[in-house]
Amino acid sequence: MNSSPVPGRSTRFIVTLSIAATLAAVAGVALLVNILERKQEGQNPFYRVVELSDTTESPEIWGANFPQQYDDYRKTVDQVRTRYGGSEAVPKTPTDADPRSIVAQSRLEEDQRLKTLWAGYAFATDFREERGHAFMLEDQLFTERQTVAQQPGTCLHCHASVYVPYMKAGNGDLIKGFEAINKLPYQEAKNLVTHPVACIDCHDPKTMQLRITRPGFIEGIRAFKASKGVRDYDVNTMATRQELRTFVCGQCHVEYYFQGKEKRLTYPWSNGLRVDDIFQYYEEKKFKDWTHAETGADVLKAQHPEFELWNQGIHARSGVACADCHMPYKRVGALKISDHHVRSPLLNVNHACQTCHRWSEEELKSRVEIIQGRTYTMRNIAMNALMDLIRDIRMARTGGRSNESLASARAYQRQAQFYLDFIEAENSMGFHAPQEAVRILGESVNFSRLGQAALREPVAERN
Amino acid sequence: MTPGQQRTLISAVLGTAIGASLGVGAYTFVYAKGGSYLTDNPAACANCHVMNDHYSAWLKSSHRSVAVCNDCHTPSGFIAKYATKASNGFWHSYAFTTGDFPDPLRIKPHNLDIANNACQKCHAEMTASMGIHGGSVSCVSCHQFVGHME
Repeated sequence: MNSSPVPGRSTRFIVTLSIAATLAAVAGVALLVNILERKQEGQNPFYRVVELSDTTESPEIWGANFPQQYDDYRKTVDQVRTRYGGSEAVPKTPTDADPRSIVAQSRLEEDQRLKTLWAGYAFATDFREERGHAFMLEDQLFTERQTVAQQPGTCLHCHASVYVPYMKAGNGDLIKGFEAINKLPYQEAKNLVTHPVACIDCHDPKTMQLRITRPGFIEGIRAFKASKGVRDYDVNTMATRQELRTFVCGQCHVEYYFQGKEKRLTYPWSNGLRVDDIFQYYEEKKFKDWTHAETGADVLKAQHPEFELWNQGIHARSGVACADCHMPYKRVGALKISDHHVRSPLLNVNHACQTCHRWSEEELKSRVEIIQGRTYTMRNIAMNALMDLIRDIRMARTGGRSNESLASARAYQRQAQFYLDFIEAENSMGFHAPQEAVRILGESVNFSRLGQAALREPVAERN
Repeated sequence: MTPGQQRTLISAVLGTAIGASLGVGAYTFVYAKGGSYLTDNPAACANCHVMNDHYSAWLKSSHRSVAVCNDCHTPSGFIAKYATKASNGFWHSYAFTTGDFPDPLRIKPHNLDIANNACQKCHAEMTASMGIHGGSVSCVSCHQFVGHME
């Protein structure tokens, strides 16, 4: 026997060991480089490559300093459905009047009852599911509502980046600029704006701190705080950082109306934020959005009162801000950033919900959908009840009943309709405050049925 | 090549490989403040940025003045403690280098057991009389935020 098997075995051993040591070195270097990268990221949260000022409107320029936030911001072009919300891309043949080749699905076609609800108002002509922030300006410019009604410049308050245009129009005075642009016809005012909501609408360009730039909210929250006994509330100096993480969204996701000839955008909050407070406000102001074409009732249109409804819910009570769920924190390397891809939390359950709720994604999603399903059922009951009332008033009217004898039923229609629309127009299908949403719909059903009962009572007895 | 030359060459390769890996390992250890992980200093756990939020939440928690990270996240006993540190150290390095980890972070069952058992280190008198050892209910099912919010 010679010694050859022995060196062979030891050679194999040595080769194996060499390979293992090499792999260990590779793993060590990978770890080392990773730590190095994270340390560098941790040292500099961002690099200032351009100077931003109070007149830098283009988000692209801000994006040079904040590429990660900018990338996410640009993702709001997505069109994704959830069970009860979200938009679907519907192809459309572009025309001169409306060059869009893709729009969202029509809500009027989905539910014909909406046309009766809004009979005589521009919303009965064209009402589509809202798309992401990226489309806010385009979708307002080209909605058919523009062709059936003359809108004021006020609309731009929430459909464009208006901070810089307001400051320009007011020569450095935000409120003066707001007042000036409110009064312009929309078709003229639209030439003053360029972008949908941009960085400067929520951030101070020097410190990046959140700030409120919308006069409607500055004045609305001041009126609301005054009703709570807080005088001269200045949101930009008196709100906490966590409050601002809700208030920046509440600049637009609210109920509003245009006050007076000046078309001043006003948030109806001086009695409070609940639907009852807001309805009472409109009663006191004797305000109507339009006269219902079928019944002759002076009615109101509620518009996306997300901020108000959220305020009545458990998340608000627990101090959870809009941004916590709609722009949740996420890790990018060593950094923690707010996800600027603003969207439904149902499309991001992991970051949006699981940070606090330690349940599986399926479980959390189904909890939300149970709440939304119940709200949707109640919404349909309330809608049918209102359709019954509208039909009855219409028939009584064509049957020759006097305006006086219809007044009570019309007043009930006004209230039933506003309460229903408050939840219908709100963009969470009840989730922002589940019990409150169902209470409001329950009240709406009651008002509709009381309205029908009012028609049956002879006028003499009612007085 | 004679067997002797062959062996010399192989030994040189082996020596270089082992030397390189030891050298890189030692450098990484020092660069990553590896020594600090052998201590009980909570700041060491936030060497790595991923723990920043947990660390700052602990600083504001009710337990900050009575327990540091190691009191709850390592078992008692010298060997068990350092074996846990070694195992977690390896898997954390692996996960963060490859980027293969869930966000928000999720504690693994073994580490959850350690944290849960750690409650008894101080609260045994209370928990013993409750008879909730084992089973699906653990202390942190309800008291999940006593140590830190996140």
